[in-house]
Amino acid sequence: MALELPENIVVSKLDELASWCRKNSLWPMPFATACCGIELMATGASKHDLARFGAEVFRFSPRQCDLMIVAGRVVMKMLPVLQRIWLQMHEPKWCISMGACASTGGVFDTYAVVQGIDRFIPVDMYVPGCPPRPEQLIQAIIDLQDKIQREGTINGREFNTQNRQATKRALIGDFEGVSLDASRNPLIQRRFIDRTSGNQPVFGTGEIV
Amino acid sequence: MTSTSSPINDVLESLLGRFGPLTTSTFRGQTRVVVQPDALFEVLSFLKDSGFDLLVDVTSVDYLEYRGAPHRYGMVYLLASTETGQRLTLRVFLDDPNPCVPSVVSLWEGANWLEREVWDLFGIRFEGHPDLRRLVMPEEFTAHPLRKDYPMQGRGERHNFPIITRDHS
Repeated sequence: MALELPENIVVSKLDELASWCRKNSLWPMPFATACCGIELMATGASKHDLARFGAEVFRFSPRQCDLMIVAGRVVMKMLPVLQRIWLQMHEPKWCISMGACASTGGVFDTYAVVQGIDRFIPVDMYVPGCPPRPEQLIQAIIDLQDKIQREGTINGREFNTQNRQATKRALIGDFEGVSLDASRNPLIQRRFIDRTSGNQPVFGTGEIV
Repeated sequence: MTSTSSPINDVLESLLGRFGPLTTSTFRGQTRVVVQPDALFEVLSFLKDSGFDLLVDVTSVDYLEYRGAPHRYGMVYLLASTETGQRLTLRVFLDDPNPCVPSVVSLWEGANWLEREVWDLFGIRFEGHPDLRRLVMPEEFTAHPLRKDYPMQGRGERHNFPIITRDHS
C-alpha cells in the first residue's frame, strides 16, 4: 500500500536536510592578513559574487560565523589570535586555508612565519595559488559544500573522528607513536628519496626547522 | 656638490672643535660622523641645539662576518634639520658582550619606539630608556632575530604553539 505523494514533496533524512541548509548558508569569517585578502574581497564583491553560493555574509565577529577563511600568511604573533578566534566560533564550523602562505608558509620560510596553519588548527579545504584567483576560492567553497553535504550530521559527530584529524596534524611531535617530524621519521623520509641518485635527502641537524 | 660655506660644514667645524678629532666622511653629499659610545649623548645633544632638530631614524647593523669589520654592531642615527633640510648620519660602533648606548628619548620623544625596535631585533641596550620592552616580536620571545648568528628559520619558536583539534571546540 504505497503512499501517494504529490510531486512537490521530497523525502529525505534529517541529517541531509540540516547539511543542505548549512552548506547553502555559510557565513565566512574573513581572517585576511595579506594579499590573499584582496582576492577574498574580490570574491565577495559584485564581479565574482559569492552570494550566488550563499556565502556572501562576511561577519567580523567569530560568534556569527561558521566558515573561517584564513587568507594570507600567519606570523607567530598572530597565531594565538587565530586560535582564539577559531575557538570562539560555534560548531558546526569549517576552515579554508587560502593561498600558499596560509597552507605552507609559502616563500616566507623564516623564524616569524608559521609554516602552515594546519599544524595548529584543523583545516578542511586548501586553496593553492599565490594568491589564488577568486574562481579558485569559489571552487573551494563549492567543494566544501559537497563535503558538508556528504559528511554533515545534525549533532556534529563527524568532527570527533580521529580519522578526520590524522592527516592534518602538526608535522612535529608524535602522533600515535609515530614521529611526524620529517627529519626524524624514516617513513616520511622514504617518500622523499632523490630518484636520480637514490640518496637520502638531508633534513637538517635534527633541530626543528 | 660641496660648498665650503654651507651650514653643515659650520656645524661640523664646531663639532670637531668641541669634541676633538672625529672620523667624518662625505659620499654624494651625505655626511657621516663616527663617534665613541660614551660621547654619543653629548654629540647628539649638541647637534640638536645646532639645528639638527629632527631624529629621522635609529637603526643598527650587525657586522658579524662582514669583511674587514673591526666591530660587531654599528648604530645609525639619521638626523635632519627642519630649517635647512640638511641631513647628517651619526655612527657608533659597539661590541659584545653587552652592547649598550645611552638612550636619546630625553632629547627626542620619538626615539622611544625606534630604540625599542633596535633592542628587540638586535639586543642593543639603551641606558636610561623609560620602557625598554620588545616592540615587534612577541613578549615571550627570547632571541634577537636580526643578529646574524640567529638562524633564519629560528630556533623552533614558530612551532611552539598548542595544537587545536576538532575535540577542543
